[in-house]
Amino acid sequence: MKKTSLVASILLILAITVAAQPGTVLLNGAGATFPYPMYSKWFDVYHQKEPNVQINYQSIGSGGGIRQVLAGTVDFGASDGPMNDDQIKEFKEKRGTDILHFPTVLGADVPTYNIAGVTGELNFTQKAIAGIFLGTITKWNDPEIAKPNPGVNLPNSDILVVHRSDGSGTTYVWTDFLSKISPEWKTKVGTGTSVNWPLGVGGKGNEGVAGLVKQTPNTLGYVELVYAIQNNMPYGKVQNPDGKFVKADLAGVTGAAAGAAKNMPNDFRVSITNAPGATSYPVSSFTWLLIPAQIPDAAKRDAIKGFLTWMLSDGQNYTEALAYARLPKPVVEKELKAISLVK
Amino acid sequence: MNRFLLIWRKSVNIVMLTLTGLAALLVVSILFFILGYLVWNGGTAINWDFFTKLPKPVGETGGGMANAIVGSAKLLFLASLFGLPVGFLGGVYLAEFGGKAFSFLIRYTTDLLNGVPSIVIGIFAYSVAVLPVKHFSTLAGGVALGIMMIPIAVRTTEEFLRAVPNSLREGAMALGASKSRTIATVIIPAAFQGILTGVMLDLARVAGETAPLLFTAFSNRFWSPGWGQPTASLPVMIFTYAIAPYDDWHRQAWAAGLVLLALILLANIGARLILARGTSFRST
Amino acid sequence: MSTATTFIKREAPLKSGPRALLQRFRHGDEITHLVTLVFAASILLITSMLVYELWRTSYLSRTKFGWNFFWTRTWDPIFDNFGAAPFIYGTLVTSALGLLIAVPVGLASAVFLSELAPRKVSDALAFLIDLLAAVPSVIYGLLGVFIVVPLMRTTIGPALIGTLGHIPVIGKLFQPPNYGVGFFTAGIVLAIMVVPFIISVSREVLLTVPREQREAALALGSTRWESTWKVVVPWARTGIMGSIFLALARALGETMAVTMVIGNDPKISTSLFAPGYTIAAVIANEFTEATGDLYLSALIELGLVLFLMTFILNGLARILIVATERGGGHAA
Repeated sequence: MKKTSLVASILLILAITVAAQPGTVLLNGAGATFPYPMYSKWFDVYHQKEPNVQINYQSIGSGGGIRQVLAGTVDFGASDGPMNDDQIKEFKEKRGTDILHFPTVLGADVPTYNIAGVTGELNFTQKAIAGIFLGTITKWNDPEIAKPNPGVNLPNSDILVVHRSDGSGTTYVWTDFLSKISPEWKTKVGTGTSVNWPLGVGGKGNEGVAGLVKQTPNTLGYVELVYAIQNNMPYGKVQNPDGKFVKADLAGVTGAAAGAAKNMPNDFRVSITNAPGATSYPVSSFTWLLIPAQIPDAAKRDAIKGFLTWMLSDGQNYTEALAYARLPKPVVEKELKAISLVK
Repeated sequence: MNRFLLIWRKSVNIVMLTLTGLAALLVVSILFFILGYLVWNGGTAINWDFFTKLPKPVGETGGGMANAIVGSAKLLFLASLFGLPVGFLGGVYLAEFGGKAFSFLIRYTTDLLNGVPSIVIGIFAYSVAVLPVKHFSTLAGGVALGIMMIPIAVRTTEEFLRAVPNSLREGAMALGASKSRTIATVIIPAAFQGILTGVMLDLARVAGETAPLLFTAFSNRFWSPGWGQPTASLPVMIFTYAIAPYDDWHRQAWAAGLVLLALILLANIGARLILARGTSFRST
Repeated sequence: MSTATTFIKREAPLKSGPRALLQRFRHGDEITHLVTLVFAASILLITSMLVYELWRTSYLSRTKFGWNFFWTRTWDPIFDNFGAAPFIYGTLVTSALGLLIAVPVGLASAVFLSELAPRKVSDALAFLIDLLAAVPSVIYGLLGVFIVVPLMRTTIGPALIGTLGHIPVIGKLFQPPNYGVGFFTAGIVLAIMVVPFIISVSREVLLTVPREQREAALALGSTRWESTWKVVVPWARTGIMGSIFLALARALGETMAVTMVIGNDPKISTSLFAPGYTIAAVIANEFTEATGDLYLSALIELGLVLFLMTFILNGLARILIVATERGGGHAA
């Protein structure tokens, strides 16, 4: 009785351990959480188109993506913040080749809040946002917040700031914006996926922040636009450098990117927060795929190049449905040319 | 005076016994609440597709977690393979053979190992089983979970072997059995019930661990062939889906939690049915 | 117990010499001893390798901060200034709370299940309680967020602040502001997570206490409770302590569930309702994103600090056991 069950289990195990089909190209990628829904859709559609290409992408965070691509445990990475010069140098030393950045979609961070009795959209000046997150503005009815919102009944309560506890590209974009609009923030706190927040509580993931904001009165937090839309969360308008209060939407985000496209560096590493333009949303950002310049495995290389080409053409048509903003045309054209750099 | 003492003792008796009942009631209520919550939120997502299909990108219905279920089973199998022999035999050593100082050292170390955060064990397994070969794998995940299984297995094995009264040991020796024979045929069977409970508890604990898998088994959108590729697993899927913005994924996350519990329950029942043989030592 | 009653034919044992060694070998004792020894030693090996890895990868941080790491209160990844103090505090407070809640409830439940409940009910319930151990950490976290946090913010918090908050000294623990997330909530969630371990193991151990012990106590006129508390439980004390060690270890190392309900604010506060942070939670939150070498090294050093804390806590607990031992354990 015991012997047969042992044999049966061995057979079962062997059955599960069937080797991969020959001819299948398996690619592993890791990185940013923000574009995960988009990437999972893309890789799925691409798999339907090219059934022997399996691209497995997991969201372990932008930093995780950078680290794993540096370590060589994944074929490509993904990050909401571009790799800095030190990391690029490190990649060259460790892996013997350059790392290329390819923007894929655009996203934005929005300020979301929960104030009793306030249902409409609030206007936030740049000073207001910086002050709230620095802790210099503490009450909801502070003149800096009340001024651009005439007629809204703001309570005399303390603002509870909600930020991210886990390192994330969302935080990177938000702090990048804060560093640009507030010299005090830049010197005291800085830009990064994890920072030393002057005050507030941390929620894990967009879900954590959203949950805290939804449940706790008098809170203000930041989440990705995609997230706010999907969950019907109220979010406010942010003042852009032209002085206009813009509500984040796909057009405003693409607009911010289009402005930056003129001065796009060749390696595509650019920050588009606080971008000029009357309709630009100031807390927008690209998100990038990190691809090694040299891929020895011919099958893998062709698969990646094939995917990139598709992503920049057909793939961009899938973005709006998932509430991601598509890349502006000049950027797409520039990228298509850059694909040839992958050898 | 005596009468007062008697009444006092009797009242204490009733009060304390009632409190224990209430405590048990509290714990059981929490359990049923959790189960109910899972069923309420995830029940609608459990269908045949859930068990047979691969995950679909957001917005498309009909996806499932078949690869995660198989992945978790493979990971737990590996973890048991690595962790249980070490834990069980280590516990046997501590209970039957160990010298005082050495045993103390091992017990202490085991407790230390138990306190290491699961993510640190994941990091360790990453540097040992992933970096050298430059890819994530089911094997690495099994190593991480296996290490986590060791402490509980050691502790419970040792405790229950010790609980077997010396009279049984002496009886066996009086009949001429060697030490190893006594252990194998008398003591272990007597302690079996307790050890099995410990093993099941152990398995249950690592079945729900997410952090150590993130850097070892990674995850996989597709089926994971063999043991050397990244694999999906229920806890990681729950984690990924729970923090995503989509309601459909949230439901699937709750459903996955329910399925995980159901699998552990089945494993528990299955193990007891197949392995429990005859009576083991119990006083009542 | 199948083969214990058969007679085993044995040659007369030899006294010494190579043949004696061979004979002992054949009887299996030496092999068994050796095999189990090797496996037990492998635990030491694995743990040593783990500590070595932690030591090695935390080199940058250890050399830069030295002993200051223990009491620096800042955690700044941008300006590379790291300190462990808030995390040590948070870990200790949440684990202590968790155990303070879980041990009495767990032990009481185990006593009920082993002494009072009918066997079938007890077995069925124990089975189900074991399931609690299988609930993934993430789900505990979600339940914490959806249920415990609002409860804490709207009901439990105000009630305690209103009553205990006014008592001098103890009142410092129960001060506003109360957002729902914080040390107390994390403690409650941890308690729920570790209680199955205490109940499961304690119950099994209590069941192994010989019937004669109970009966002797009852025969001497003790009440049911007295025989349980004064005779049965002490008999099972090492097993129960073992289960508490398991619970403590789990509480110290718990990551996901804690990070979802503790507020993730690296500050030291006296109020239990204030948000805090634990070592395991910060490692889980920031490890995947940490790219600077010093940053990573500091996170790993936190892991090492936790290891040290576990070392010390285990040591203290064992001293406590030895100091209170009055010969109540069963004969080994």
